[in-house]
Amino acid sequence: MTTTHTTDPGDTTGTTPAAPAADPAVTAAALALGDDALVLAQRLGEWAGSAPVLEEEVALANIALDLLGQARVLLSLAGDEDELAFLREERAFRNVQLVEQPNGDFAHTIARQLYFSTYQRLLYAALADGDGPLAGLAGKAVKEVAYHQDHAEHWTLRLGDGTDESHRRMQTACDALWRYTGELFQPLDGLGLDTTTLEAAWLDSVTAVLTRAGLTVPTGPRTGAWRAGAGRQGLHTEHFGRMLAEMQHLHRSHPGATW
Amino acid sequence: MTAGTAGTAVTAEAPGTDAADAAAQAAREAVFDAAVAADERIEPRDWMPEAYRASLVRQIAQHAHSEIIGMQPEANWITRAPSLRRKAILMAKVQDEAGHGLYLYSAAETLGVSRDELLDKLHSGRQKYSSIFNYPTLTWADVGAIGWLVDGAAITNQVPLCRCSYGPYARAMVRVCKEESFHQRQGYEALLALSRGTEAQHAMAQDAVDRWWWPSLMMFGPPDDVSTHSEQAMAWKIKRHSNDELRQRFVDIAAPQAEALGLTLPDPDLKWNEERGHYDFGPIDWDEFWDVLKGNGPCNDQRITKRRQAHEDGAWVREAAAAYARKHTGQHGEAQA
Repeated sequence: MTTTHTTDPGDTTGTTPAAPAADPAVTAAALALGDDALVLAQRLGEWAGSAPVLEEEVALANIALDLLGQARVLLSLAGDEDELAFLREERAFRNVQLVEQPNGDFAHTIARQLYFSTYQRLLYAALADGDGPLAGLAGKAVKEVAYHQDHAEHWTLRLGDGTDESHRRMQTACDALWRYTGELFQPLDGLGLDTTTLEAAWLDSVTAVLTRAGLTVPTGPRTGAWRAGAGRQGLHTEHFGRMLAEMQHLHRSHPGATW
Repeated sequence: MTAGTAGTAVTAEAPGTDAADAAAQAAREAVFDAAVAADERIEPRDWMPEAYRASLVRQIAQHAHSEIIGMQPEANWITRAPSLRRKAILMAKVQDEAGHGLYLYSAAETLGVSRDELLDKLHSGRQKYSSIFNYPTLTWADVGAIGWLVDGAAITNQVPLCRCSYGPYARAMVRVCKEESFHQRQGYEALLALSRGTEAQHAMAQDAVDRWWWPSLMMFGPPDDVSTHSEQAMAWKIKRHSNDELRQRFVDIAAPQAEALGLTLPDPDLKWNEERGHYDFGPIDWDEFWDVLKGNGPCNDQRITKRRQAHEDGAWVREAAAAYARKHTGQHGEAQA
């Protein structure tokens, strides 16, 4: 799909007023969800110019832009978006470890998208249905993440049920990232929503897609060596520090500058 | 254009004899020439001279390739953009470029070539892309300079193409030009922020403009007296203005903009000429231009290697999509590769 940008994609004023939230629990939740979106947008941005087909250049950039837009609204609820993105160190980021995992091959990127967008779709649908502080944002974002999930699902089917090689790669990717999916459902205060209740629906949805794609649902543990919830407490994988170094370098080199 | 129906009637008249063939050919050419002269649009089903077709394929393909290769110098800064707003703008821009590549390959395909064929020619060096993208983006300010100067030059070149005689190309350009103008304003605005920012930011902006100015002027192609394709392209109304005319138009627009930006252009000979009503400017280093075109620019190897690599790395994905589409024909129509 092609999107024509007739408005400045740097403009977030059309979405949610960016006044910092007063409730510290809400702020913390917005920060966690904002970090998820920011970090995954950064990873997807790395694909620009390297996608397997031109249509995927457009699709991956489109998804990255949606996520970046979500991140900007959420971070603005927690404070100044640029200060939060560029001046926090690794231990202060609250994203789940799944989103910081390297792009790997296209199958790894798609597996990560499938796991994460299925979670985001369930989460935002539930938030949009409620009357919590993030309901407005979630109502807009749920349309975007429905597209993301659809995109990931179609590619999971194509790769899982394509050639022997694509099947093998897709299975490897699904297996490798499985251990990072338990963290998605750790309780997160301030959302006005019990995230653990999303887990069964997530498992059903992912199982259905993998099964249709002729893939085996991974059986390994859904947490790594860290206790589940590590990313939400600022404990990240080694990949993350390097990613931040690249993302923050220019901003940090010019303290106080505006861009 | 109406040549299609007329052309068919003529062909049906007397097949078989050489004289009749020659007459039919002459009639088709006359219809084509008349349509071009009347500023009518040539459409894919219309008869057209083979040389016209070949010339358009070459130009549209190069244009498409330029969009695709042109993603690289800017994508180089997506992960490092200094604010989230700038990152979003840059991502959107690179996405638009992929979209422009798609429209342009589609326009080329109406002439009877396939996207795969054209990509193959790009990857093997048999078709070119704009020489400008063989220059490196060394600082963040380069992203602004590309938006202002490179997109500015591209727009100057492309706006007249919206009236090009070949319909599908002209229509693609209408859409491309709208988005390019938007990018150019954003580039100008990014440079302005740097120019008015800290001393270090201002210096970064000036350095970028110093490096991108001359390569941008080279985007209009060789001078008129050595431009091989120009005369014919103008006769066919594929081109509407000569390289030198467009280059002058661009300088006339950019010079006062540089002043408004608070930046200088790296040309001691640049000055307003009251008599001509244009800016005079210094000589272009054509040796450098030809050298870059021949493949010896700073990034030629890097750009084409990365493009080839992306294509090769993606082969298994395209094969998977094709295999899936074959298995599920009728069930899911979405063959993506």
